[in-house]
Amino acid sequence: MLLLDRVGKTYPNGVRAVEGVSLEVELGEIVAIVGGSGCGKSTLLRAVSGLDQPTQGRVVLDDIAVTEPDEKIGIVFQEPRLLPWLSVAGNVGFGLEHRPRQEREARVAAQLARVGLTEKAGVWPRELSGGQAQRVALARALIMRPEVLLLDEPFSALDAFTRVDLQDHLLDLWADGKPTLVVVTHDVDESIVLADRVVVMRPHPGRIEEEIAIDLPRPRDRQSAAYDFAKRRVLAALDRSLDRAASVDERETKTETGQAMWW
Amino acid sequence: MSVFLMSSSAVPAAQSVAPKRSPARFLRPALGLLLPISLAAFWEFAVYAGWSSGRLVPPPSVIFKTFAELWNTGELQTHALATLARVFAGFSCGVVAGTVLGAITGYSALTHRLVDPTLQALRSIPSIAWVPLFILWFGIFEASKIILIAVGVFFPVYLGVMGAVMSVDRKIVEVGRVFRLSGFEMVRRILLPAVLPAYVLSLRAGLGLGWMFVVAAEFLGASQGLGFLLIDGQQLGKPATIVAAIVAFAILGKATDAILAAATAPLLRWEDRFART
Repeated sequence: MLLLDRVGKTYPNGVRAVEGVSLEVELGEIVAIVGGSGCGKSTLLRAVSGLDQPTQGRVVLDDIAVTEPDEKIGIVFQEPRLLPWLSVAGNVGFGLEHRPRQEREARVAAQLARVGLTEKAGVWPRELSGGQAQRVALARALIMRPEVLLLDEPFSALDAFTRVDLQDHLLDLWADGKPTLVVVTHDVDESIVLADRVVVMRPHPGRIEEEIAIDLPRPRDRQSAAYDFAKRRVLAALDRSLDRAASVDERETKTETGQAMWW
Repeated sequence: MSVFLMSSSAVPAAQSVAPKRSPARFLRPALGLLLPISLAAFWEFAVYAGWSSGRLVPPPSVIFKTFAELWNTGELQTHALATLARVFAGFSCGVVAGTVLGAITGYSALTHRLVDPTLQALRSIPSIAWVPLFILWFGIFEASKIILIAVGVFFPVYLGVMGAVMSVDRKIVEVGRVFRLSGFEMVRRILLPAVLPAYVLSLRAGLGLGWMFVVAAEFLGASQGLGFLLIDGQQLGKPATIVAAIVAFAILGKATDAILAAATAPLLRWEDRFART
């Protein structure tokens, strides 16, 4: 279980990015963190990953405090961050350097097949499309069989078609080993397609505004009334988090699906 | 495999392969040879026709003859080898020092603050100005020459490595942190490959300066080397010898640079370059 215990982050210049965030995430649960810019959602994710230290509180994974990057925690960034001097296979197998060669090659081949990029194994990263590169980044994280996979706006740089495609693909991959997923996103649709629970954050400083459970069976129909209802609940919570008038009707009524992006 | 995929995916590149075989491929660079060859032909003719004695500006045929003579007597090889050895020794020392210091000052902010200002101050001294001091300190023989070359090679390598290490993308370094690389592994698997393109460029710049400085070094009382041949040609009034030595410098400089470029090219195939040669 992943536990955030009153996590806070104050930068050296005195800016409070995150304050008193407590969250419990069960093993295998998918949690989406949404919020306006400056609500500290990426800061929070970096604290969970161990890349940055929280200045208050602590992050605990399976009863052990996370103070530095942990082998149980994988992370996928907004950019693929592939190493340009390694082939696609080399990138996917980056974390398996110390495993026996046979095992490494077998696992890389299996993981590449899983993300549908077998024929790109020997290609340089620069020859990949944005979506393919992000799939390689996913494969590089998943091949380590992490218990927790953190995703920091993983698909926000992609076009709408590729994004939807990769959201479905991510759920498909998640079903393999059912790791805990924590997805930071500013795309409300993405949070509802993916998450069991949507955590809406409020900015200045970043705090949790509301947690909304999404009890919809997967795969989720992006056109269904239940989906639309969940989306309006999240949008309304976002309005509250920014202290502005409600822009959506929160009651459960069947309406046309709204904008794909919240702003 | 990547090469195969590249050429199959990039249709225009595949099409441009065909005309490369045609004479146009050789003609275009040949265009650049037009001017020097016609000038040389003109001068040859001018001397032949008696318009000039060609004593101070020897015609190409005389230069070629001198070059061949120097080659046949083995003089040219001896001098070229002596020069090459000096460049090699000086280049090696300069590269090692430049790489180590550049890497440390690029990596550690404290060392950068401590060392870099001094080195930048030293860099602004024209390196030839060191010559009298080096001769006093290290004598007139090989040591002072090699050190002078090493100083010339040091600065571009130092600056190149330091700049490259300082500008390694933080995001890529973070990938290394996520995979919990140790300090040494971080250097080997992330920093080293990341700085390689800039490093190769700085090595080539350093080698170019090495060739410049070897001439200066050999002007100071060498008894061997292409630089000595230059001085010798001047003192004995043999301009053809001077030009032959210059030609030898050009050939060696270009050849060593090409070897360095070719040796490092396989390491840089991954680069996403504007012009892929």
